[in-house]
Amino acid sequence: MKTPFLRSPYAGLLLLALVLALMPFLVRNDFHYDLLTKICLTATVAVGLNLLVGYAGQVSLGHAAFYAGGAYASAILTSQYQITPLPAMLIAAAGVGVIAWLVGRPILHLKGHYLSMATLGLGVIAAIVLNNEDQLTGGPDGIGLPPLSLLGHELSVFGEYPFAGLTLTGVELWYLLAAAVLLLAVLLALNIIDSPLGRALRALHGSEIAAQVAGVDTARFKLRVFVISAVYASVAGSLYGHYSGFITPGIASFEHSIELITIVVLGGMASTFGVIIGAVILVLIPQFLTDFQELEMVVFGAILMAVMIFLPRGLLPTLLSRFQRGAR
Amino acid sequence: MLSEFFQFTFSGVTLGAIYALVALGFTLIYNASHVINFAQGEFLMIGGMGTVVLLEAGAPLPLAMLGALLLAGVAGVVLYKLAIAPAKKANVVTLIIITIGASIFLRGLAQFFWGKQYHALPRFSATESISVGGATLLTQSLWVLGIAVVLVVALALFFNRSRLGKAILATSMNKDAARLAGIKTQTILTLAFGISALLGAVAGVIVAPITFTAYDVGIMLGLKGFVAAAIGGLGSSTGAIVGGLLLGLSEAYTAGYISSDYKDAVPFVIILAILFFLPNGLFGSRAVERV
Amino acid sequence: MSALLSVNALSKEFGGVHAIEDLSFEVARGDVHAIIGPNGAGKTTLFNLVTGLYQPSAGGVRLNGQDITGRQPHKLCEMGMARTFQNLQICMNMSAVENVMLGRHRHLGSGALSAMLRLPGQRRADRACRQQCRELMEFVGCGAYLEHAASAMPYGALKRLEIARALAAEPDILLLDEPAAGLNATETGALRDVIQRIAEKGITVVLVEHDMKLVMSVSDRLLVISYGRKLAEGTPSEIREHPEVIAAYLGGGANNKQEVPA
Repeated sequence: MKTPFLRSPYAGLLLLALVLALMPFLVRNDFHYDLLTKICLTATVAVGLNLLVGYAGQVSLGHAAFYAGGAYASAILTSQYQITPLPAMLIAAAGVGVIAWLVGRPILHLKGHYLSMATLGLGVIAAIVLNNEDQLTGGPDGIGLPPLSLLGHELSVFGEYPFAGLTLTGVELWYLLAAAVLLLAVLLALNIIDSPLGRALRALHGSEIAAQVAGVDTARFKLRVFVISAVYASVAGSLYGHYSGFITPGIASFEHSIELITIVVLGGMASTFGVIIGAVILVLIPQFLTDFQELEMVVFGAILMAVMIFLPRGLLPTLLSRFQRGAR
Repeated sequence: MLSEFFQFTFSGVTLGAIYALVALGFTLIYNASHVINFAQGEFLMIGGMGTVVLLEAGAPLPLAMLGALLLAGVAGVVLYKLAIAPAKKANVVTLIIITIGASIFLRGLAQFFWGKQYHALPRFSATESISVGGATLLTQSLWVLGIAVVLVVALALFFNRSRLGKAILATSMNKDAARLAGIKTQTILTLAFGISALLGAVAGVIVAPITFTAYDVGIMLGLKGFVAAAIGGLGSSTGAIVGGLLLGLSEAYTAGYISSDYKDAVPFVIILAILFFLPNGLFGSRAVERV
Repeated sequence: MSALLSVNALSKEFGGVHAIEDLSFEVARGDVHAIIGPNGAGKTTLFNLVTGLYQPSAGGVRLNGQDITGRQPHKLCEMGMARTFQNLQICMNMSAVENVMLGRHRHLGSGALSAMLRLPGQRRADRACRQQCRELMEFVGCGAYLEHAASAMPYGALKRLEIARALAAEPDILLLDEPAAGLNATETGALRDVIQRIAEKGITVVLVEHDMKLVMSVSDRLLVISYGRKLAEGTPSEIREHPEVIAAYLGGGANNKQEVPA
């Protein structure tokens, strides 16, 4: 009666680890590593957001605020309070978690479009604050971050690091770090989904009434998943800040929030591996669209509409169900 | 002091009338199809930019405006036919992404064909402003208010008196029942998108002489229109108008008395405060969930 | 006081329409207590009031002597109340057995940390829970769907799945809302056995049902309501003889009112 390992989601995790481990043999240059690192960090946010949107069925159109919250908190704590990056990142995550808890309490009892409206509003307000409080945030010009440091060792994209007879470049190490973070993020998400907590969350989506009469304090569980997904975003944001060395309020914008939710819906709601594919696509699309230059937005908009109209359940779930139907 | 207050009130009401028109567009589409159309702001952009482009091509102002409105109306109908109708079974979030895709698409087209520059339309009257109680009242503000009032009255008459208007109302209340009563709901939905696009475009045209217009003005205007619609309670026309005016006034007062840095944040603070106490907006129906 | 559930002068208004009006009754511990009445009599509204999904306009509900009026559904679940729904409330995004496991929510720790870290204690408890829930599915007669997704199950099986989910909470009192609706004669027969076996376990059952044969054969007491008011109350044989009930059900009688939809 135990599900065979190959059919369990953990087999997917193994496959993901394998793919991530093989990447260094396929890519040739720093630019590719840069894309891979960005994909891993973006996918980490998406995996967390998917817990909220895909599994628990609660829309957030303002999640970029939490991502930016993590990045800006890291920037301010390291540059203005001289806290080392790792503790700063943890403080940032805890702070963002508390903020998510505070703002989540009043808004998560809203339903449907009203919840969209409220989360959107929070996101826009956060972006405006980051733009205007320039003593703290550097305003529209942005703010710099020092390189990440682990146990006193700096991890700079420009560094070279001898390791077991090999010399790894900073970009390569950054990719490995981001990949490890993504794997951890996926592992934690898979664990949550297959647990009493995960069932309660999925029940919020499936039937909130069923969840209530089964004893689930729906308000409390919505808040929990909101906080969890915000912390995911915060950690990824902090890492991105240290990786890029410089951030601007653009990362908190409505457009960025939309990009994040698009990744989830495009890849496949309630499909952890689907949203990773969504992240791959959303990060890579602009690279391919540079050929279209001026028509970039037109093509992007058209792709978005077409995928959502023809594959409303998202890429991976739709493809998987076609595949299964074909196998029968 | 009083003149200052008048000044802020004038600009607030003007802005509010624009938001109200955008919010009415949201409401119309929401009622007919339960879709929140995130491309609503693009209709304003098409109205303003279309007029600019036609003017530059040598058309006289009225003709240019008419052409732009027509273009927006067509865009609304095409949006429904090509993007919303084929996805009728999609869930709420998917529909949001589709309309956002449409807004990016329309913005992209505008940027490609019309460029990225900011434009101003000439005002409709020769006189720029008149003095009222020590405050300057732009003649264009009067145009905005006048046209907004005419549109609201026309809409009210349309929905309460005409067969077509009543058919739209019936469809919004119960699609299946409307279909059984012989109403062609597909046509009705198409019409709702068309009218909503026209409303947006009118707002875009009349505000362009005051604010400027460009390919990306639709984002913020659209979002604020959504806020105005939600303040009143999605689906309520009265709510949309009240919400729009409330938004415009508080934005103007904030910019005038407090700080213009945060004026764009005002609508969102207001909507959060309102939803905190009234989760269905000011005039939204408190539906009991059927179990 | 032996009543497990007591409803006292309960009223619910929807925009001027009285769905439930000044209704009082008691359900004794261990009984199967049926509530019958014509469509629109307010039976489901009554359930929604008792289980905390609706707030009453007036009156109160007590469970085990404790005032539970207007208390939230999840709190009532913790106090030992479980129910099923006339219009199914199944999580179609979950497997059949997971739906039942949801019912055990109040017996499982649902901490975020133990979930994320997949702590051995939680895993063990979860495995035991799964086994229990599979047995419950067998018990209510949907053992054929142990490995199915809820979305792949037929209507009749989903109705029984809801009963399994409710039982998984190990309730003291179980409210069944039209469990036989849409079932054929064989299925209804099996349902009668299930209800009887639930009652034998000592669980108090409140049953809303239209199938009079089923109601009369399993119930200890009946409450008849019409237009949100109590029409009659008693044992099955008393109810069978009751003139007003006969009048209401046969449609004749002196005070033949218009049917009010609720």
